[in-house]
Amino acid sequence: MTLLTLDAASYAVRGRKLVDAVELALDPGELLVVVGPNGAGKSTLVKLACGELAPTTGRVLWEGQELGRWPAWSLAAARAVLPQASGLAFPFTVGEVVRLGLDVVGRALPARRREEMVRDALARGDVSHLTGRSYQTLSGGERQRVHFARAVAQLAAGRLAAGAPRRQALFLDEPTASLDIHHQLLLMHEARRLAREGVAVLAVLHDLNLAAAVADRVVLLRGGQLIAAGRPEEALSAARIREVFAVEAEILRGAAGEAIYAFSMTDPSGDGRLKPGRKDPVG
Amino acid sequence: MTSADALRAGPDAGVRRPGAIPLLAALVMLCAAIAVVSMGAGAVSIPPGRVVSIIAGWLGLADAPASAREALILYDIRLPRTVLGLMVGATLAVSGALMQGLFRNPLADPSLVGVSAGAALAAATTIVVGDRLLAALGTGVPFALLPLAAFAGGLVTTLALYVIATREGRTSVTTMLLAGVALAALAGALTGLLVYISDDRQLRDLTFWSLGSLGGATWAKVVAVAPAVAAVLVLMPFLARGLNALLLGEAEAFHIGIAVERVKTAAILLTALGVGAAVASCGTIGFIGIVVPHLVRLVAGPDHRLLLPASALLGGALLLGADILARLLVAPSELPIGILTAAVGAPFFLWLLLRRGFGALS
Repeated sequence: MTLLTLDAASYAVRGRKLVDAVELALDPGELLVVVGPNGAGKSTLVKLACGELAPTTGRVLWEGQELGRWPAWSLAAARAVLPQASGLAFPFTVGEVVRLGLDVVGRALPARRREEMVRDALARGDVSHLTGRSYQTLSGGERQRVHFARAVAQLAAGRLAAGAPRRQALFLDEPTASLDIHHQLLLMHEARRLAREGVAVLAVLHDLNLAAAVADRVVLLRGGQLIAAGRPEEALSAARIREVFAVEAEILRGAAGEAIYAFSMTDPSGDGRLKPGRKDPVG
Repeated sequence: MTSADALRAGPDAGVRRPGAIPLLAALVMLCAAIAVVSMGAGAVSIPPGRVVSIIAGWLGLADAPASAREALILYDIRLPRTVLGLMVGATLAVSGALMQGLFRNPLADPSLVGVSAGAALAAATTIVVGDRLLAALGTGVPFALLPLAAFAGGLVTTLALYVIATREGRTSVTTMLLAGVALAALAGALTGLLVYISDDRQLRDLTFWSLGSLGGATWAKVVAVAPAVAAVLVLMPFLARGLNALLLGEAEAFHIGIAVERVKTAAILLTALGVGAAVASCGTIGFIGIVVPHLVRLVAGPDHRLLLPASALLGGALLLGADILARLLVAPSELPIGILTAAVGAPFFLWLLLRRGFGALS
């Protein structure tokens, strides 16, 4: 059964619709990737889906019940969120930040069990070696990995929390934005692993190649509206990429037959592809 | 190596924290030591050894005190002053820590952002206006009314700050500090107006409020302030987890499972209650709320489960220490304690600003 349903969900600020009547279902065990140009409403969609924002019209249902009716602590056992990079004005260590993820959800667990979860989560984010470091001294990418570890720890504790719904979801808002290529792949590998364990994963990505490589399903947003949803190659056809992102996409084939996109700028003068060596007309 | 050790001191451990129990025990001893000195210091000096033996006598642990006069001074003057100092210092420090957690910024402080000024204005209004109204009825202002008025003043100011500085769920600290300056100036102007229209007796009371003093401590004051202090100290542990999570951001705290609005509301109410009680009993005493939590964080880290109780203890000790200086520096007269805390606290604040850079404001 569907875990999360967006039923004609819209979110408007001062009359402007950031998310416009989106219909979407998220199933356990799938990795759903949301793509779209800047300002398409991707982050707002994540906020609606994780309960941070309530839809101005339409409904968001978690396990068939309106999301707003779940208390924060109960929701926290069922889903974790990796927001876009966040600052911290206080000198928490990396270990302490990750432990915050368990503070509510893992309250009833024995301390030893909690520490195991923290250690495992630190390893999953590849930040074990930073455990004792002050969060404030980390780079942007390292911070992102710490928060990923925090989310992983929260899910691990939530799985054992008594009385909580067992099916879980993970929301990742641009998780790879400031990561090097190694950690991009590592993080998405961990996300896939969680999906295979039955967690529903919704990730916002900008890299269409990464999206095509890891996603079970891709959702394409523009102007708050859902343009396409489906298997990566269906949703991300060359024609649709041109229409939504205003770039040319050439689809190459990898060794295993997977799609690899090569992008180039659409020439605004209309005579086709931008030639190599020519000055960028966009400036 | 246990897992806890591994987390605390891994191969790359850059940060070391002391254990909670040793730290709190050390602070309790510090409080006790300063309290004994405080009870001995003043026009009639009582050596620490005799202070301890007199108190032991009251508790039935030793023979009756040798000097009835010293026992009387201790019981009627020094003890209430010491107890009040500990309570107010603790409350101011905890209020500061709560406010810094609420605004997610280590530079927030009730005295800097106008909360103390708002509480003082309400108290001053009660003294001057209430005095005139009640004079018609032939009674004075009951002291118990002052903490209530100061609480209301602190609450209104804190709420105003929060509403002004928060847009769409994000609290801008720059806006908060600037709005605090404006609110403090407004409250100061209105307090000035009250000074202008007050008579001599009221003026003496008002001067006391603006500079702060533990001088008027009586058991009646202690009893009037105790419920508010007790509420702050008893309820603060319930906010610790929520405030920890709030440091990540309001959205993040919600993701973790915190009922964010409830934590924020409770923090605002407790801050206003604590500052109101402190201002009502001792006037405006600045900078305890910013210096103490900062010192604790330097040693013990930002975890509120330890930060709040440790701040309470260190705040009590620090204010009492300042009060001893206030009594001794110009003996037999007394300095207003607010002068001392500001003389130490303001440079400390500037140092904090310079060290952190302007990034601390955003």
